Amino acid sequence: MGKKVAKMGGAARARGVSSQRMYHVMMLPGMLFVLIFCYIPMFGVVMAFQDYVPAKGILGSKFVGLKNFSYMFSLPDVSRIFVNTLVIAIGKIILGTLMAIVFAILLNEIRCKLFKKTVQTIVYLPHFLSWVVLAAVVVNMVNLDGPLNQLLELVGLGKINFLGSNVWFRPMIIATDVWKEFGYNSIVYLAAITAIDPGLHEAAAMDGATWWKRVWHVTLPGMLPIILLMAAMNLTSILSAGFDQIYNLYSPMVYQTGDVLDTYVYRMGLISRQYSFSTAVGLLRSVVGMILMLTANGLAGRFTDRKIF
Amino acid sequence: MVTRKGIRANLGLAVIYLIVFALGLVCLLPLLNILALSFSSSEAAAANLVGFVPVKFTTAAYQKILEDRQFWRSFGISVLRVVLQLVLNLILIVLMAYPLSKSKREFRGRNIYMNLLIFAMLFSGGMIPTYLVVKNLHLINTIWALVLPGAVPIFSVIMVMNFFMGIPKSLEEAAVIDGATPIQVLTRVYIPCSKPVIATITLFSIVGSWNDFFGGLIYMTKVANYPLQTYIQSLSVSLEDILNSGGSLSSLVNAMEVSSQNLNAAKIVVSVVPLLLIYPILQKYLITGIVVGSVKE
Repeated sequence: MGKKVAKMGGAARARGVSSQRMYHVMMLPGMLFVLIFCYIPMFGVVMAFQDYVPAKGILGSKFVGLKNFSYMFSLPDVSRIFVNTLVIAIGKIILGTLMAIVFAILLNEIRCKLFKKTVQTIVYLPHFLSWVVLAAVVVNMVNLDGPLNQLLELVGLGKINFLGSNVWFRPMIIATDVWKEFGYNSIVYLAAITAIDPGLHEAAAMDGATWWKRVWHVTLPGMLPIILLMAAMNLTSILSAGFDQIYNLYSPMVYQTGDVLDTYVYRMGLISRQYSFSTAVGLLRSVVGMILMLTANGLAGRFTDRKIF
Repeated sequence: MVTRKGIRANLGLAVIYLIVFALGLVCLLPLLNILALSFSSSEAAAANLVGFVPVKFTTAAYQKILEDRQFWRSFGISVLRVVLQLVLNLILIVLMAYPLSKSKREFRGRNIYMNLLIFAMLFSGGMIPTYLVVKNLHLINTIWALVLPGAVPIFSVIMVMNFFMGIPKSLEEAAVIDGATPIQVLTRVYIPCSKPVIATITLFSIVGSWNDFFGGLIYMTKVANYPLQTYIQSLSVSLEDILNSGGSLSSLVNAMEVSSQNLNAAKIVVSVVPLLLIYPILQKYLITGIVVGSVKE
């Protein structure tokens, strides 16, 4: 009997070894792609410390130390671009979160199923459309002769060049992003609201709490863990103000207020072909971005029962 | 009996309905505007007469698209790209998620792979080094430049891995006793159990690759190779921009052919149709996508 068990144990171990090998084989194709398209480019950041010449390649180009970085910080452009990036990204995070929470709370009050479903179908839709498409939609709506300006003129406010003015560009970017995403972002908050024990609401209503009071003392505290988790996840996007959106809506007229890190890296690198300089800016962005993601993950782990990764 | 409190509550509810209705309208009207433009005459569109209903209804713009060879070429490139990327994504994601869902004891080396993936998610070489890798692999102006860099969406791998971890071990053990190999366990036990999460990553992949214009912008030097989004984006670029950015002659010719607003609107509407077709399915898996998206400890 003992012999038999030992034999089975051996067979299991043999099977274990062969499945070990199988597991590595299964990982191989995916890891190969990760190696080529994630890890090799990481070594490419060496360019940030070089005066990279395409003909010479990375191995043949001259090292210049931190020259690209000191050049970066000497440019007035760069501090402006950091400011633009942060203002736009933080504006989007705060307004987007608020709007999504408010919308979720309001939507939760709607009892008419058909109405609710219809509104949800409509407000979730923009999330799935690309900024190429939505930029065209936005431009048509807000251009000098478009419906919005026609309305403004009708009320006597006069026309506003929303996308061509340095006063209006950032608010427009923030507003159109909130417009695109608030519906989709509300889903997670709506799920949190419906998970709150209805008994709590009933008890509060019994005690004579008004709707406002119930939202404040029952609904919002119930949503808090999700709000914190989403806030932590949003922290990771603080350096990406949204390349697709801004690239499709900006013009040289509004570089002053609308040029952000990603659009700058793109123009410097792929249009002006300043590979080393552009990589240096990109590297700074990646490093700060990584620190933010680690912070966010730590915060999410501490304040909620979930982690981002 | 109608009390004063009751009236106030009803009034409050009416206000809520009104706000929600208004927000729905704000999302809908801009989209209706572009739809109305596409069905209006080019004169009406040029004179800015079109609001939210077509003016001088015509399908002329759509008839013009039917004959537009570049439009359909780009459309075809986008379809091919979506299919290739989806197949590649699904195979690689599932293959990686299964061993990663094993414990450190069952799969030695699991944590090394995991850390490599997480680091790749946290830190990227950036735009230029990635571009140079694609260029050095001679992928520029091929469809593979659009497909291969996004072959492994790490976030989706983690999502599927989490889902696999939640599948009862007893199912796998039973299959192993019957002599199933890991591949058989994966295809006969895990995948059939994971329909919601696989549906979610499928939709992520389709929407993401259909909507991507940046790949086409940086990896394609000829308009003829543009996927649909990049092609549509190039329509709105002014001649001046192209000259300033030192663009190619072909992109200049392309921009000069840019005609009336209603034609562009129609192109945009057609580019959205495939998404609208899968939108009902998308909506069904919205919640799964978000809830599985974070790791419950």
